Amino acid sequence: MSALKNINNEQILNILRNQDHTTVTILSSLLSVQDEIGYLPKNSINVIADFMNVTTNDVWGVASYYLNFRFEPPGQHTIEICWGPSCHIRGASKLQSSVLKKLKLKNQGDTSDGKFTLKFNTCLGACPQAPLISIDHKLSGKMNSSRLLKMLDQLN
Amino acid sequence: MSFEALKRDSDKRWLDLTTGSKPWIRVSSAMCCGTSLESESIITEIINYSKNNKININVDTVGCHGICYAGPIIDILYKGKPRIFWGNVTKDNVVKILDSYIQKGEVITDNLLGSLGERPIEGIKRIDELPGMNLQNRIALRNSGNIAFNDIYQYIANGGFEGLHKAVTKMSTDEVITEVKNSGLRGRGGAAFPTGVKWSFMANSKGVKYILCNCEEGDPGAYNDKGILESDPYTLIEGLIIAGYATKSTNGYVFIRHGHDGPIDRTKEAINQAYENGLLGENIFGSDFSFDIEVSLTGDSYVAGEETALMESVEGLSARPRSRPPFPAAYGVWGHPSTINNVKSLAYVSEIIRNGSEWFKSIGTESSSGTAIVCLSGDILYPGMYEVEMGISIEDVVEKIGGGIPDGRSLKMLQTGGPLGGVLGSDSLKVKIDFDEMAKAGAILGSGGIIIVDDRTCAVDLTKSLVAFCQYESCGKCFPCRLGMTHLLEIVEKISRGEGNLTDLDLMNKIGKNMQAGSLCGHGQLGYNPISSALKHFQKDFESCMDGNCPTGSCNERQIVFPENTRPNSWQTIKGN
Repeated sequence: MSALKNINNEQILNILRNQDHTTVTILSSLLSVQDEIGYLPKNSINVIADFMNVTTNDVWGVASYYLNFRFEPPGQHTIEICWGPSCHIRGASKLQSSVLKKLKLKNQGDTSDGKFTLKFNTCLGACPQAPLISIDHKLSGKMNSSRLLKMLDQLN
Repeated sequence: MSFEALKRDSDKRWLDLTTGSKPWIRVSSAMCCGTSLESESIITEIINYSKNNKININVDTVGCHGICYAGPIIDILYKGKPRIFWGNVTKDNVVKILDSYIQKGEVITDNLLGSLGERPIEGIKRIDELPGMNLQNRIALRNSGNIAFNDIYQYIANGGFEGLHKAVTKMSTDEVITEVKNSGLRGRGGAAFPTGVKWSFMANSKGVKYILCNCEEGDPGAYNDKGILESDPYTLIEGLIIAGYATKSTNGYVFIRHGHDGPIDRTKEAINQAYENGLLGENIFGSDFSFDIEVSLTGDSYVAGEETALMESVEGLSARPRSRPPFPAAYGVWGHPSTINNVKSLAYVSEIIRNGSEWFKSIGTESSSGTAIVCLSGDILYPGMYEVEMGISIEDVVEKIGGGIPDGRSLKMLQTGGPLGGVLGSDSLKVKIDFDEMAKAGAILGSGGIIIVDDRTCAVDLTKSLVAFCQYESCGKCFPCRLGMTHLLEIVEKISRGEGNLTDLDLMNKIGKNMQAGSLCGHGQLGYNPISSALKHFQKDFESCMDGNCPTGSCNERQIVFPENTRPNSWQTIKGN
């Protein structure tokens, strides 16, 4: 979805009008925009505020509360590493350090070339396969550093 | 269509599937084996095989068998023989398995798990003798792995919606509540409050009322709510409609975390099928009871699983708890009376109504009737999701079902009931899985997650990871929790670096007490639990670490990189925009 660069208000309004549920809220609107576009463009906050008939502060409040929202386009590939307790005792910190080194990052974030977004997740939800990672929303379990680095190479 | 006609139609379809001439292949695909182990490519291989060889095959995607160590699992039912199961199947070996069995009747023994059904085949053991299967009593999970997650007729053919039909056509709303009260069903979300009593709180108020089903399930180590929604969403939907009938509610929400696509998509599909068959919507079974269900999504926030924060999130706001009173039964979502039940609690309801409260009451213990769905993860041979009768000891769960600790290691710690639950030592193995027994031992059964930790992990290391989770996930509303968790994490990190001293323990205790007194919800109230319980059993580990001698070395070896963002999220990015 990162091909969409210029998002005008009308496009955002279309997304908001086409939500496939009857209960439409600030949160559901934010989720739909991020699902479609990959992040929340700055103007989307105002468009949602008008659409929901609330203030921009109300929308910012919700957008900055839930940690899945982004305000810049994500990298081409999103890599998530679970650091919850189940994954921690199975070696998640090794996965973190090897990916950070490989992507030359200090913490979660985006690489400067726009290729990768690295995210640390508190629970990816398939604990029997710990440690878990996900690449572009596809889970892989029983992970180790060398396999993970190989998977990253294959994305290039 | 009347329910009787729907039932006849479903039975006929089931008979065709199970006794017809085509082989019926069921492929397990839930969050664990589905997405992380690639069941989808196995299904593609099966369909290709069927086309290439011009053999008609029925293929269904089913949910979780619970024995995650063996996933993905396929089984074939063919020519009146018992179901034959293979585990750890891949797209590379699936064709060989199919070809031998369907073409030649030969059972490939590589990856063979066993058989299920009458007339067992000589030389093949029965699957219910497998570790993890033999001690289970599957009620909420009765259909998991047996019916397609997307075929409501398979659910109906196996007794589905009989409970709802009985409730709506033969019982008054009070009778349904009394039946659930008598069954002794207690909430499976953590608080263990009697479900029937909870329902009765809002039975008499009038107007728009909501039943909310909580599948936020952010606890690391617990995946049974998502497991139910992926394997058999119908049992949840039926339970939710019955709850709606009993409380005279008008609307139901299934509350799931955004991004968990399996549970979300499967629940939505099941809801649509229920509407198409007149099991949801206006005048269910021709009665004057009408009920609607919708899936409500939340963003990333652990506290959204707390009942009042959940209501804020359903309203589309930040998931921060409300003060009580007023309680949800009086003033809930958008000010209307609301009741919140966990997925597991509701998943039992249809069977309780169908089979009667006496039946449910006879299972489990006096104070905790029924079963517990435990999720084993961590350092354990057979991690998985197992439904066991209440009253079984933790030792039996870990040793007999979980297969014990691998790699010649020994059990050191158990972490139960989510990160806010307690850390237990190996001396707790005799404790029985039962709400009250576990509370007495200083732990909670909570959502059913049990993380097993072997002797390679230092208690300070585990505690650090738990406290870091709680700190990161504090919603920030109450400052004793927001600041307290941050301060606690700083101290535990300091101890883990070998720089702590004994006065830190007093300081942590003081902070913990303030958090308990000054926080609106369980997150802050119980936020000191991981530390206090770890200290109770493993103070020696803390003292060694203070001296710079981590007893296992894991404090030095595992350097968690904590995410830098916090609530409000990405503030710098917003300012720079």
